[in-house]
Amino acid sequence: MNSFTYTRATAVDAAVREKSAASSVRFVAGGTNLLDLMKENIERPTRLVDINHLPLKTIDGTPDGGLRLGALATNADTAWHAEVQRRYPLLSQAILAGASPQLRNMATNGGNLLQRTRCYYFYDLTTPCNKREPGSGCSAIGGYNRVCGVLGTSESCIATHPSDMCVALAALDATVQVTGKNGERTVRFADFHRLPEDQPQFDNTLAPDEIVTAIDLPNEDFSQHFSYLKLRDRTSYAFALVSVAAALQLDGTTIRDARLALGGVAHKPWRDAAAEDLLKGQPATEETFRKAATAVVQQAKGYGHNTFKIELAKRAIVRALKQAAEGTQTATDVFLNSNP
Amino acid sequence: MTKQTTQAPLGSPAIALPPTSVVTLKINGEERQLHIAPWTTLLDALREYLDLTGTKKGCDHGQCGACTVLVDGRRINSCLTLAVMQEGADITTIEGLGTEQNLHPLQQAFIDHDAFQCGYCTPGQICSAAALLTEGKAKTTAEIRELMSGNVCRCGAYTNIVAAIEEVLTTQKVQRHE
Repeated sequence: MNSFTYTRATAVDAAVREKSAASSVRFVAGGTNLLDLMKENIERPTRLVDINHLPLKTIDGTPDGGLRLGALATNADTAWHAEVQRRYPLLSQAILAGASPQLRNMATNGGNLLQRTRCYYFYDLTTPCNKREPGSGCSAIGGYNRVCGVLGTSESCIATHPSDMCVALAALDATVQVTGKNGERTVRFADFHRLPEDQPQFDNTLAPDEIVTAIDLPNEDFSQHFSYLKLRDRTSYAFALVSVAAALQLDGTTIRDARLALGGVAHKPWRDAAAEDLLKGQPATEETFRKAATAVVQQAKGYGHNTFKIELAKRAIVRALKQAAEGTQTATDVFLNSNP
Repeated sequence: MTKQTTQAPLGSPAIALPPTSVVTLKINGEERQLHIAPWTTLLDALREYLDLTGTKKGCDHGQCGACTVLVDGRRINSCLTLAVMQEGADITTIEGLGTEQNLHPLQQAFIDHDAFQCGYCTPGQICSAAALLTEGKAKTTAEIRELMSGNVCRCGAYTNIVAAIEEVLTTQKVQRHE
């Protein structure tokens, strides 16, 4: 780790002011990703602003009947929160599918959104990486890219966003509350993270002088028919090769509303509205699910080692939608993400 | 390979480095004052400055769980937090869980079930398991395995680790109903 100074922020506006003082200032909350990156010399902040004492830890109802998750509420507190489990079990399940109990106790909701990719080359300082060092090249293209993305990739970056939580938040149509020097704004979840294009150094659309204060979940009910299916190299404590957040609202056997988002395949949580449209109004059958799955991967591009992800994603989507339709996943057994 | 040296404690001249600051930590019920640089992790503070070497440094990247300690009763990876960030918190390490004369039930169960070989991961396993018990989420063997996934054992003592935890979990359940 490089040397840095440390301060503690006690108010959001003061924290924003400190952050905007220099580009080398970083907020630290849980620290689970930032400290790791600092040990690897990928992040070299000159100043750390500890935001853990800001009053952003609560989980409360919103005036429109939704739920507001404080940016500093931990992933564990969020996943085990009674209202989250009852009304948004898909989110609870996705969070509990990620990391370990220790990390979930530390990691915050805001930090989860802002975590960096785990692409091997991003972590390997001896290799070119456009995300780490813009303009240096992408070592994953043509390299060992088994964990990399197959959707929305660019010639400059094929890294994936590693979060499970964010895949569920994308499916649930969450919004992100942000405060900056110029006041507050609300960002649709789909607009929060971005595709790499020719600027993969930017993971998201948060400005340097902004801070995430909360994540809002809308007043919608996807608590009966949902599935977070995570496929990985071991059954626990590993990043997704492919994950699927599927949620349905059914009228009998007809799909009234559908949500479908993927993790492990793109630079951002990959929600596919066109595929959702293919599900709406259709019977909840395997044939319908296959059509949606085929649509999702239509534009997918494999890079060799990761080409298997295209077929894997297709099959995972069908399975997750089947699980969702059957309503076999329940809020009480969400943390046994054993992929039935 | 270059050997890593420990950051010098206060009093030693540190050239071109920001000054150390006084950090007060409450560890195993005792307040301890430290003069450390801000980049000192809680893990390094425990091991290098407080002689609490029960907490182990395995990967130092939050992947192995050997450094697991309890902060306000919750298990965390002490390698991924700065000591200065834990001022005011109640920290419990393996040294605070039990003594040789009065072992924590988990420590006794690990001995009874031969739940370790080299023992390096054991303090982290036991701290993690202690939190698992108070969290009250794990009720089955499969759930114990899932909620202990943050602690890796290279000797592969998993079967006995799970058996040890399960025994304490079952005993506690019985005691609660008595």
